[in-house]
Amino acid sequence: MIISAAVAIADARRGKLGERVYSGRSRAIFERGYIAFKSSTWMVIVSGFVEPVLYLFAFGYGLGKLIGNIESGGLSIPYAAYIAPALLATSAMNGAIYDSTMNIFFKLNHDRIYHGMLATSLGPLDVALGEIGLALMRGFLYGVGFMAVVAPLGLIPSLWGILAIPAAVLIAFGFASVGMALTTYMKSFQQLEIINIFLLPMFLFSGSFYPLSVFPEWLQFIIKALPLSQAIHLVRGLTLGQINTALLGHAFYFVVMIAIGLFFTTKRLNALFMK
Amino acid sequence: MSSPLISARGLTKKFDEFVAVDAIDFDVAKGESFGLLGPNGAGKSTTMRIIGATSQRTSGDLTILGMDPEKFGPQIRAHLGVVPQQDNLDMQLSVSENLYIYGRYFGLSRKFLKAKIEELLEFAQLEEKRDAKVESLSGGMKRRLTIARGLVSEPEILMLDEPTTGLDPQARHILWDRLFRLKEQGVTLIITTHFMDEAEQLCDRLVVMDKGKIMAEGSPAQLIKDYSTKEVLEIRFGSERNSEMANQLRDMCERIEELPDRILLYHEDGEVLLEQIYSAGLHPKTSLVRRSSLEDVFLRLTGRTLVD
Repeated sequence: MIISAAVAIADARRGKLGERVYSGRSRAIFERGYIAFKSSTWMVIVSGFVEPVLYLFAFGYGLGKLIGNIESGGLSIPYAAYIAPALLATSAMNGAIYDSTMNIFFKLNHDRIYHGMLATSLGPLDVALGEIGLALMRGFLYGVGFMAVVAPLGLIPSLWGILAIPAAVLIAFGFASVGMALTTYMKSFQQLEIINIFLLPMFLFSGSFYPLSVFPEWLQFIIKALPLSQAIHLVRGLTLGQINTALLGHAFYFVVMIAIGLFFTTKRLNALFMK
Repeated sequence: MSSPLISARGLTKKFDEFVAVDAIDFDVAKGESFGLLGPNGAGKSTTMRIIGATSQRTSGDLTILGMDPEKFGPQIRAHLGVVPQQDNLDMQLSVSENLYIYGRYFGLSRKFLKAKIEELLEFAQLEEKRDAKVESLSGGMKRRLTIARGLVSEPEILMLDEPTTGLDPQARHILWDRLFRLKEQGVTLIITTHFMDEAEQLCDRLVVMDKGKIMAEGSPAQLIKDYSTKEVLEIRFGSERNSEMANQLRDMCERIEELPDRILLYHEDGEVLLEQIYSAGLHPKTSLVRRSSLEDVFLRLTGRTLVD
């Protein structure tokens, strides 16, 4: 038997937990994403950053002039400060979903990139974690970029607001892992549209532009169970400095999403590639 | 022979009710160039994927370098270079980036890869294309890059699934030359093909597969010797008369195969046979004497041609 460097590296993982599905090298997938990003995908990131900023100016300042200050959790705040955290949460969601659905569907079914990756000593969990890691990176960049715009405008009244950045990463993680799991079940681009049909109303009605209290109670109950509503309340609580245990509940919601998403993604990648 | 690198016994793969690989036995020795010859749908690619530890067998035993691929998938894959039938190069990356990142998937260091990439670009004759995007490469270049990529981890076994399908003759010969070099370096090659000339050129030993089963096994020369005559006479009388004439010729040769457009007559000496046919007062429209090939072996074993 010839012991090449590749063999020595793979053998070193013998007996480790999950060795059949995980080789501890999701950073290689991450590195691939970085190389690809340098050459082509950066435009998508820029557009994803610009979108919430445009919403902020159009609604926050345009509509905000008519509305003036609004009451939120006993505070009177400018309208723009009310919607800014919602826009941040939404852009984290959109970026994560775009990465984990469109991009991943393409790599699964057209480029066959994952086939190539999984013919090496990588396992499906490496691929899942690496791809989701990229979505997180994007969530982080959106978070930082958006904060850099809104903080100087005085739209982040509380110092707790700095935690909105890790919150955006957590939100991106949740959406990315569930998005990737769903994508592995999709058969065509048309089916992916189902996800988008769901996203836009969720954006419009999850308390982004006005409090949920305008809705009848039964509808509030449903909306609160949706992930974007959870995300918005988490980020808004932080930027406005309304810290309470409910925030932990929102964060936990995303931890559960992450666990479920990763479980099904790994299972499906195994079924798709190891059949 | 020392213990084989790969050993399969009763290897079976079912997709629901469909039996893609049907209880096959084979061994591959170190340094050997082993071929799986058969038409599309014979079960060659499925067998390759099972060996490549990216598909799980339904039943039977399989060991690769003494390991069971079901238990040691990543460890086995670290020994393998895989060249799939359908290119799956990374279209977003350049030629050299493709080699680099593939090495990273194996966990290889940047320093090691820097030197390795130079070596592989030279091997694949792609030095001038190093910064080109993969999309701009010709079919032959893409194939060479895929092979180079498969070599980045210095594998002991290189698996090639239909390596030259879709390439023009010149590109095929360049590729064959590269594969010969690897063989000389002691790399074990496993090749599937439905081209008999490729199997004859590249394989030390091969199995002929059809409908998931192994029909015969041996070196190309041995298979031809066992299942065919030295020469073949191909004659045409015109499509409507072929079958009538075939009945008249049946006793003149060892074996006869009637194809839609021509008749194949198996005989130790084709020229002598042709003389006899003329002497009997028969005048075929065209005639061709050639040596027997693996195509004839396949026809004999299955009653069908390889490429239909």
